[in-house]
Amino acid sequence: MSTEARSTPGTADSDARHDVQLTVNGVPRGACVPARRLLSDFLRHDLRLTGTHVGCEHGVCGACTVLLDGAPVRSCLLLAVTVSGHEVTTVEGLGGPDDMHPVQQAFQECHGLQCGFCTPGFLTTAAAYLEENPDPTEDEAREAISGNLCRCTGYQNIVASVLRAAAITRDRQATFGHDTPGVSRPKVAGRPDEGGTTAGAGAGA
Amino acid sequence: MKPSPFAYTAPSSLDEALAVLAEVGDDAKVLAGGQSLLPILSMRLAAPAHLVDINRISELAYVRVEDGGVRVGALARHVDVERSTEAHTVLPLLRQALQLVAHPVIRNRGTTVGSLAHADPSGEMTAVLALTGGSVEVVSSTGTRTVPAAEFFLGPLESAVAGGELAVSAHFPSFPERTGTAFVEVARRHGDYAMCGVAAAVTLDADGAVVSARAGYISVGPTPVLLDLTAAVSGASVTAADWAAAGELAQSQTEPEADIHATADYRRHLVGVLTARALAEAAGRAA
Repeated sequence: MSTEARSTPGTADSDARHDVQLTVNGVPRGACVPARRLLSDFLRHDLRLTGTHVGCEHGVCGACTVLLDGAPVRSCLLLAVTVSGHEVTTVEGLGGPDDMHPVQQAFQECHGLQCGFCTPGFLTTAAAYLEENPDPTEDEAREAISGNLCRCTGYQNIVASVLRAAAITRDRQATFGHDTPGVSRPKVAGRPDEGGTTAGAGAGA
Repeated sequence: MKPSPFAYTAPSSLDEALAVLAEVGDDAKVLAGGQSLLPILSMRLAAPAHLVDINRISELAYVRVEDGGVRVGALARHVDVERSTEAHTVLPLLRQALQLVAHPVIRNRGTTVGSLAHADPSGEMTAVLALTGGSVEVVSSTGTRTVPAAEFFLGPLESAVAGGELAVSAHFPSFPERTGTAFVEVARRHGDYAMCGVAAAVTLDADGAVVSARAGYISVGPTPVLLDLTAAVSGASVTAADWAAAGELAQSQTEPEADIHATADYRRHLVGVLTARALAEAAGRAA
């Protein structure tokens, strides 16, 4: 397969590579990939951001959910080349061990995970949901995560975690002001020093 | 679970897209939201030679109230239609149906026109187009044609959009005064494909008597099924109407098939129950 870089938006060559430039967790990142590269694989293989998990690869399980321009989407149902130029927030962008997002803290406090495979999808989905619905009822919290599958927990503690995250957010806002947590200002994460093109590095389709 | 290789074009204008589609024709698939297309590509149920990505054609991203209804552009996401206050005011059935389309995360990306062009007989919006008597505007490099709902759905996953053509918008006409609507469905899991779904519209006269009761069905035929059930409830008041009789009438006019999710008998049972439920709910909103 040709590794020649192409920057044109279209080509009749199915082996062509396309220059995909994204802002991931606040950092400009890019790579040259075939058109068929899924966003989930682009994040994991090309950008080495393995926090996004790949479960079913056909949009059912929700494990690969990331935020595209702030809205949750399935990264396995998007081509990387389609979203070039846009902003993506992965679970790494929500927060780290020392600055956990309210949702992350809540999942830890409420035992909202067991094996952890589905967790990145729950965290991104819940974080975006709480931005728009800061005070959900238990039923609403359950509905909010209904598109994500978990095979361990039985969901009870995940629902509790979403409600707890809402409470943590309110507490933090009361203490630190309204611009505190949230996904609208993603934390810088990942490995910005690798922000350049990584064509050829693990990019063989 | 990865798509086969394909050539990729991302035109930035409608004219450019039509030129590309004219060139690549039958070997191409159009990519809009991709929430149905990407699984099909990843499972290799389809392997088109070209993908024409319309996500950069921002002129197609609109939801407008016009011509006595709602016109939805090819790049309007389900969520855009669902949240449009103007569209909801003119045609509440749109939001009623969209809230049952998959999950919110899918609706953030999937497009309404794309789901029509995909022509899945379990797709909620196919029944909405059929029940409203709507149409799809289909454009190619040689011209434009307006395809009414009755002629748009040809079979399972087969619409009237031919090679070289692009479905650029759908028009959903609003209903007459004193019409109420509802969409109800039963699925194994919330957000999953419905085993049966019913879009209903009931129109009352000035005295509150039923003058029209119609329903559109998903998942009970190869294309959306449209039935006029007025005969069962004509002239009755909302509270006195025998909605169950309308359900029985619907059962007598549908021939659902069995699949892995439900038997034909169970689907027919759902047609009766959900018809009564949807019509009663719609009539309540008409009053």
